[in-house]
Amino acid sequence: MLVLGVSMLSLARFQFAMTTIFHFFFVPFSIGMALLTAIMETIYVFKRDDDYKKMAKFWGKIFLLSFAVGVVTGIIQEFQFGMNWSDYSRFMGDIFGAPLAIEALLAFFLESVFIGMWMFTWDRFKPGIHALFIWLVTLGSSISALWILTANSFMQNPVAYRIANGRAEMASFSGLLKNPQLWVEFPHVIFGAFTTAAFALAGMSAWRLLKHENKTFYHKSLRVGLWVGLVAAILTVAVGDLQTQQVIKDQPMKFAATEGIYKDSGNPASWSVVQGFDTKNKKVTWSIEVPRMLSLLTYHKATGSVKGMDTINKELHAKYDGKYGSAINYYVPPKTLFWSFRIMAGSGMFFILIAVLGLWFSRAKKNTLQNQRWLLYVLGISLWLPFIANTCGWLITELGRFPWIVYGLYTIADAVSPSVTAGDLWFSNIMYFLIFTLLGGTMIYFAHRTLVAGPDALDGTGYADTTVDPLSKGAFSHE
Amino acid sequence: MSSLQLLWFFLIGLLFSVFFFLEGFDYGVGMALRLIAHNEQERGELMQSIGPHWDGNEVWLITAGGAMFASFPYWYASLFSGFYIILFLTLFALILRGVSFEFRAHALSPAGKKLWGWALSIGSLCAPFLLGMMFTDLVKGMPLDAGGNIRGGFGDYVNLFSIVGGVAVALLCLLHGLNFIRLKLTGELRQRAQALTKILYPVLFVGLVAFAGLLLWQTDFFSKRPLSSWLLLILIVLLSVVATYGAYRDKEGLSFIASGATLIGVVALLFNGLFPRVMVGNDPLHSILIANASSTEYTLGVMTIVAAILVPIVLAYTIWSYFVFNQRVDTKKVVSDK
Ligand code: HEM
Repeated sequence: MLVLGVSMLSLARFQFAMTTIFHFFFVPFSIGMALLTAIMETIYVFKRDDDYKKMAKFWGKIFLLSFAVGVVTGIIQEFQFGMNWSDYSRFMGDIFGAPLAIEALLAFFLESVFIGMWMFTWDRFKPGIHALFIWLVTLGSSISALWILTANSFMQNPVAYRIANGRAEMASFSGLLKNPQLWVEFPHVIFGAFTTAAFALAGMSAWRLLKHENKTFYHKSLRVGLWVGLVAAILTVAVGDLQTQQVIKDQPMKFAATEGIYKDSGNPASWSVVQGFDTKNKKVTWSIEVPRMLSLLTYHKATGSVKGMDTINKELHAKYDGKYGSAINYYVPPKTLFWSFRIMAGSGMFFILIAVLGLWFSRAKKNTLQNQRWLLYVLGISLWLPFIANTCGWLITELGRFPWIVYGLYTIADAVSPSVTAGDLWFSNIMYFLIFTLLGGTMIYFAHRTLVAGPDALDGTGYADTTVDPLSKGAFSHE
Repeated sequence: MSSLQLLWFFLIGLLFSVFFFLEGFDYGVGMALRLIAHNEQERGELMQSIGPHWDGNEVWLITAGGAMFASFPYWYASLFSGFYIILFLTLFALILRGVSFEFRAHALSPAGKKLWGWALSIGSLCAPFLLGMMFTDLVKGMPLDAGGNIRGGFGDYVNLFSIVGGVAVALLCLLHGLNFIRLKLTGELRQRAQALTKILYPVLFVGLVAFAGLLLWQTDFFSKRPLSSWLLLILIVLLSVVATYGAYRDKEGLSFIASGATLIGVVALLFNGLFPRVMVGNDPLHSILIANASSTEYTLGVMTIVAAILVPIVLAYTIWSYFVFNQRVDTKKVVSDK
C-alpha cells in the first residue's frame, strides 16, 4: 500500500535503520566506556594513585549517561521484530528468538544489576571488589553483543537450520554458535566498540587540554584512551581483513559493490582508491587506481581476478530464479557501499596513525603534546569519527545483503507485518524521530557540561560521591 | 500440546509475574512523585529508593518479550504487531522514564529537575495502564484473521473493559509502590504513603468488582474454567484485604508482599483464562493455540536447559543486590548508635 508515495516496506525499513543506527551510537560507546572505566579503576586499585579513581568516577558519569540512552533505545529493538516484522518473526522465531532471550538472561541482568551496585557502593566495598562490579558490567555488555551478533550472523550466513513447516527451524544450537561469520563479526564489532570509546575519550580529553584545564588529569586520561585505542584499532582492522575474506566467500555481491566493480577485473586486479559511478548504466566513469592492490586485498597474493557485479547478478539469477522469479533485482547500492567502506577502513588506518602520534608526543620522557596544538585539534575532531565508521560498517553489512533479510532464504519484502498500516508507521517514525532528537541532544548537552565542569566539580548527579545510602532507613530523615 | 509447550506457557506467565512484582513498585514510586512528595528534594528521595534497582527490574519485561519470541514466535508476532500503537506508546513511556533518572540527576536547574521528574511520573503511569489495556484486550478476544493477524479498529483496543483493566493495573502498581515506600523510607514521606494507601484501597475494591463484573460479561473465563477463575479472583480480593489490613496495622512488609502477590494473582488469572490459547480470536476458529504457536521441541529444549541454568544465577545476584542495599540500614544504625 502506498501512502504519500511511500510504501509500507520503505517506512518499516526506514524505521529499522533509524532506530538501530541511533541505538548503535550508544552501544559501542557504552561497551567501550565500561572497559575504559574498568581499566582506570583497576589501575587505581593496583597503584593507589587517586587520579585514576577520580578518572573512573568522572568518565563513569559520561558512561552512565550513554548507558541510559542505550538501554531505552534497546527495548525498541527487542520489540520491533514483532511489531514491524511479524512475518519475519514467524519465519525466523525458532532460531532468532533464542539468542535474544539468552542475551537478556545472560547479559542484560548482569549489566543492569551490577551497574546499580557500581553506582551506589563506592564507599561500601573494598576497592578491588568495587572494581569487580564494573568489570562485570563490561563482561555483560560484551556478552550482549555476542548474542545479538549470533542472531545477525545467521541472517548474513544461515547455518545449522532446516526449512520445515514453512519456516526456518534450528537444527543445532551449537551449530548456530559455530557460524564462521559470527567469529569474525563479533570481534570486529567488539574491538570497534573499544576503539569507539577510546578515541571519543581521547578526543574529549584533547579538547580540555587545548583549554589548558586539569592538565595531569586529562593527560593521563588521554594516554589511557590512546593505548586502548591503538590496540583496539589494530585488532579491528586485522579482524576486518578476515571479515572481508568471509564476505568474498559468502556474499560476493556485497564485496563487489564495496569495491565498485561492475565488470570482472583483470588479472592482476587493480584497486580503485576513489572512483565515479554511473549507476544507471552500471559503469565506472573515472577512477584512481593502485595496480595489483585488489588482488592483494582479496587473495593476499599479487595475482588473481575479482568477479564484478554483472557476473554475480547473472549467477544469482541462475541460482534463485526458480524460487523467487526473475523480477528480483540483485544489485546492491554500490555508491553507498563503496564510500562507506572507504570511510570505515580509512578511519581504521587513521586511528592507528593518530594513536601512535599522540602516544609518541605525550611520552613520559619528553612530553611535548601540549605544544602540538594541531595534533590536539586532530584528536579532538576525531572523537566523532568512530561513530561514523560504525554506521558505515552497518550500512555495508545490512544494505549489502539486499534483497535478503536472511541471506538466500527470505526476502525483506516478505518480512514486514501484514497488519500494521502505513499510518501506524508514519506516526511511530515521526515520534521516534522527535524523541531521538531530544535524547541525543540532551545526552550531548549533559555530557558536554560534565566535561566542562571538570573532574573536581561538585555536581548534581550525586552518584559518584554518594555517601548516603539511598535505601537506608534514616538516610533521609532530616530534622 | 507437549509438556515443553506447557512449561513455556507457564514460564512466560512467570516472567510477566516477576516483572509486575518488581517493576510494579517502580511504576508506583514514579506515580507517587506527584502524590506524596511536596518538593524536589522529596522527589529526589523517592527516586533514589528505586535508583539501584529499576533497570534490573525492567529487564524482566525484556526477558519476557525475548522468551516469548523464542518459545512462541507466532504469539510474539501476532501480539506485538497486533497491538502496535499500544506497544509503541508503552515503549515511549518506558523511554521517558528510563532516561529520567540519569537526566534528572544531571539537570541543575529546578525547571530541569521538574521536567524529568514529570517524565518519570507520566511514563510510570502510562506503562502499566497501557500494558493493562493490552492484556485485557488479549483475554477479551480480538478480530484475528486466518493468518493470525489482528484486524482491529479503535473500539477493539479502547473500550470500557480495557480501560477498567488498565486503570486497575495502574492502581495496583501505585499501591504496590506506596507499600514499597512505606518499607524503604522514613519520616513524613512514609506517613503520607501510608495515609494514601488507606484512601486508595477502598477505591481498589470498587475497581476490582468492576473488573470482575466485566470479566464475567466479556470473557469466557467463567464458562470455560469456572473453578480456577473464581478461586484466583477470590485470592486476589483476599490479598488486597491483607494489604489493607497491613496499611491499618503498620505492617508495611505484609502490605508489600500482599500487593505484589495481588499483581501476580492478576497475571495468573489472565493466563489461566487464556489457556490453552495464546491469542483469543473473536472467531474461536482463528484463536491461536499453545499447541501450534510454539517453536520446535528442539528449541524449547535448548531454552529449557538455558533457563534452568541461568535463572537461578540471575535470581541469586538480584536478591543479593537488594540485600546489599538493605544491610546498610543496620550497619549505619550500629555505627551511629555507638
Ligand atoms: C581496514 C579496516 C577495516 C576493514 C577491512 C573492515 C572490514 C569490514 C567488513 C568487510 C565489514 C562487512 C562485514 C559483513 O557484511 O559481514 C565490516 C563491517 C563493520 N565494520 Fe569494519 N572494517 C574496518 C574498520 C572498521 C572500524 C575502524 C570500525 C569502527 C570503529 C568498523 C566497524 C564496523 C561495523 C560496526 C561493522 C558492521 C558489523 C559487522 O558486520 O561486523 N570497521 N567491516
